[in-house]
Amino acid sequence: MSTPLVTNTIGKPINRVDGVEKVTGKAKYAAEFNVPDLAYGVVISSAITKGKIKSFDASDALSLEGVLQVFTHENRPKLAWFDISYKDQDAPPGAPFRPLHNATIKYSGQPIALVVAETFELARYAATLVRVEYEELTHETDLEANLHKARKPKHGVADLLKPPPPKPRGDFDRVYAEDPNKVAGRYVHSAEHHNPMELFATTVSYEKNGKLTIYDKTQGVTNSILYVTQVFNIPFSDVRVLSPYMGGGFGSGLRPQYQLFMAVMAARELKRSVRVSLTRQQMFTFGHRPATVQQVALGALADGSMNALYHDAMSETSKFEDYTEVVVNWGGQLYPPENVTLDYKLVPLDVYSPLDMRAPGGVTGMSALEVAMDELAYNLGMDPLQLRLKNYTDHDYNQNKPYSSKELRECYRQGAERFGWPSRNMEPRSMKKDHNLIGWGMATGMWEANQMPARAEAVLMVNGKLRVSSATADIGTGTYTIMTQIAADTLGLPISDVLFKLGDTDMPVAPISGGSWTAATVGTAVQTVCQEVGKSLLKLAKNMPDSLFKGAKWEDITFSDKHMRLKNDPNVAVSLQTLVDLNGGKAVRETSTGLPNALKQRNFSRATHSAVFVEVMVDEDLGTVKVTRAVTAVAGGRILNPKTARSQILGGMVWGLSKALEEESVMDHNFGRFMNHNLAEYHVAVNADIHDLDVIFVEEHDDVVNPLGVKGLGEIGIVGMPAAIANAIFHATGRRVRDLPIRLDALL
Amino acid sequence: MNPAVETYPPDVRPPSLPPVHSVKLTVNGKDTELQISPWTTLLDALREYMDLTGTKKGCDHGQCGACTVLINGKRINSCLTLAIMQEGAQITTIEGIAPTEGNASQLHPLQKAFIEHDAFQCGYCTPGQICSAVGLMNEGKAKTTADIKELMSGNICRCGAYTNIVDAIEDVMNQKNA
Repeated sequence: MSTPLVTNTIGKPINRVDGVEKVTGKAKYAAEFNVPDLAYGVVISSAITKGKIKSFDASDALSLEGVLQVFTHENRPKLAWFDISYKDQDAPPGAPFRPLHNATIKYSGQPIALVVAETFELARYAATLVRVEYEELTHETDLEANLHKARKPKHGVADLLKPPPPKPRGDFDRVYAEDPNKVAGRYVHSAEHHNPMELFATTVSYEKNGKLTIYDKTQGVTNSILYVTQVFNIPFSDVRVLSPYMGGGFGSGLRPQYQLFMAVMAARELKRSVRVSLTRQQMFTFGHRPATVQQVALGALADGSMNALYHDAMSETSKFEDYTEVVVNWGGQLYPPENVTLDYKLVPLDVYSPLDMRAPGGVTGMSALEVAMDELAYNLGMDPLQLRLKNYTDHDYNQNKPYSSKELRECYRQGAERFGWPSRNMEPRSMKKDHNLIGWGMATGMWEANQMPARAEAVLMVNGKLRVSSATADIGTGTYTIMTQIAADTLGLPISDVLFKLGDTDMPVAPISGGSWTAATVGTAVQTVCQEVGKSLLKLAKNMPDSLFKGAKWEDITFSDKHMRLKNDPNVAVSLQTLVDLNGGKAVRETSTGLPNALKQRNFSRATHSAVFVEVMVDEDLGTVKVTRAVTAVAGGRILNPKTARSQILGGMVWGLSKALEEESVMDHNFGRFMNHNLAEYHVAVNADIHDLDVIFVEEHDDVVNPLGVKGLGEIGIVGMPAAIANAIFHATGRRVRDLPIRLDALL
Repeated sequence: MNPAVETYPPDVRPPSLPPVHSVKLTVNGKDTELQISPWTTLLDALREYMDLTGTKKGCDHGQCGACTVLINGKRINSCLTLAIMQEGAQITTIEGIAPTEGNASQLHPLQKAFIEHDAFQCGYCTPGQICSAVGLMNEGKAKTTADIKELMSGNICRCGAYTNIVDAIEDVMNQKNA
């Protein structure tokens, strides 16, 4: 007995199409392409934070049999002259760091040399033999000690995606001064590092004709190829970059990292295939979530109506680039107070440029704002959820536009119901079990819903199967799976008849995969190109003798069960196989671009929202915090695959917990160095830290964001979690903790 | 402050290179002879000399669990053992945990359960998680959900698939006990 074909696959919880490859170890990551005659490069990192390299002595290293070369700024090849060549798709305003550029040391851990040898073991050993003489200068790495140097960020193209705060509205100072209810607080968190499980690595296969095939760990192969071709002045036709799998990104792969530069340089100079993998310690040497100091003040009338909002932030950046993120704008978008002042400044320090890390800015700002909201609720004697509902708006007052959709109210309702929020006693320290204080907290999450242009190709092959491709990435997000679903759904094919490929610069171009925009961006491109194939098939159908599709327009047809059908008479059908057979023995191939509908989008503010409810248990004697359960209700537009979507939100919740309670890159300012640069001392959530997590997707329809109605889920899971945990800790203990992570010493 | 001059590392003559040895390993039931230096870890031997890249390197310091393999059925961080120390041992990697019938290799019940429960995202920690879970079940110490969480905490999943990983393992443990 045959089961009926399922071809309307959008919205179905299908398993990951790359699942078998990943559970069997067949999925290959950047350092796993074992090309013949491979040499290994090991990077030497600067031992000082600021100053100059006076000299290298690589003689011992080079005297070892099998050591091929030690590359430094003294013997590197000639490279592009101007900063513009080093700029990538995620480069902030400024002058990008150039590996091995000159003798100047700008930050601790800066790559200063590459040792290349016949084996990894030998290269690693030889790297320990290279003696470096430094001239050390005084460095500044302490954000708190340098706040007086805070200044406005430089402007650049980055402003398009990361708008600076809007001008003040109303008169915050006057209204706040008169408000009967107000709270103000200072919020601090230190730097954090992405730490994807896969170490950054690049394998360069040096082909016989001198062309390069590069396997790179990146969130966008297009970004890597642009960097390589510009920096080394190589034609596009001589380089191909592939990244079929990426062992976690979280933003760390949004810029080409220095192992790419090192591997390409060495391969070209030695005319050999080269692999460069970073160590876990070196994963702390190229970008991080910036340490940030924030101040938030909120004022409200006695009924809870907020009328005054102040939010400022001072974040670290490097001395060579102005990395910015949107930290302070969220309150002005989420709530309707009429008197708002928002400010954002940077403090340049002797560190590497910070780098987008999951919900960059959003989780930073909302972690402060939503704790302040909780504090205001207690100040008013009002339930924290009621305070949010009292100040609910469907209008974004920063941009002065309505939201294209905003089902946050439904998130609050369903989340609260699932969690059991209505039975909460507002009193802190009112729940206890044995020696544990129990607390319930909630917070709101918000992230933007963006769409970029992207291209895709679709080929209905002569065997009736569909192959679709786009040079995007699947960083664990499920791109392979949801694109397969979109393609299958559009042309009425079963999942098994569709192959979606990505991560190859030979494919149609797509932007870096970040900002939660991949589903919307590449999804639209895939849907568009499959529709183009459908239109070509309709032409073929019309040319059939006695065709029943003769007068049919594109709007009149539909695809299901491997057939093209008339919408108003589905029995009039022709199989896709029959149609492709009519194409003279050729596949039906289309390439097209999915573009944002700017005319439609510009009248609206577009965002994803969430409501987070958390229960914590705090050991009264030890100060340890356990997040016993959490519910996140998300309004994220259309959910393409509830299974992978749920996993993305679960992952975000784990990140939020990890940020709230564990993650902190500890800088010793005497050395200017992150001291806990390993996974034993940089704490991330482990299995035993995670308990009952629950995800709800509320129904949300939106035909403004993109034709699929999808908003993206990569960031929204983390955004509300830290504040909800901090608020639950307050409810449990009566302690208001404004700094992250919340360690036990803050609760004893 | 006066500029300081320092040299790193200190000027010490290196010892001569260790010679390459012939090392015999039994991996997934197959005997292999490698010519490697004695300071080659089992992890690097698998990945760089045997092309068994299913075993992952996440930290090289025994802190993340991505390199977990089974030695005589017991789980071990393959980055913390030298290949030469494992001569004569039965080494099982992710490539070898599935039962084979004839030539067709099937999926191990844990591999199936990981797919079904979406117990991974990027997939990089996954082989280590699965090998670790096989080891956990061999040990027979995990009786409760809390036990599983505790005993799987040597395997970091940065994507945060922990709840799904626990669901997958419990699913297989229940199948076994049924």
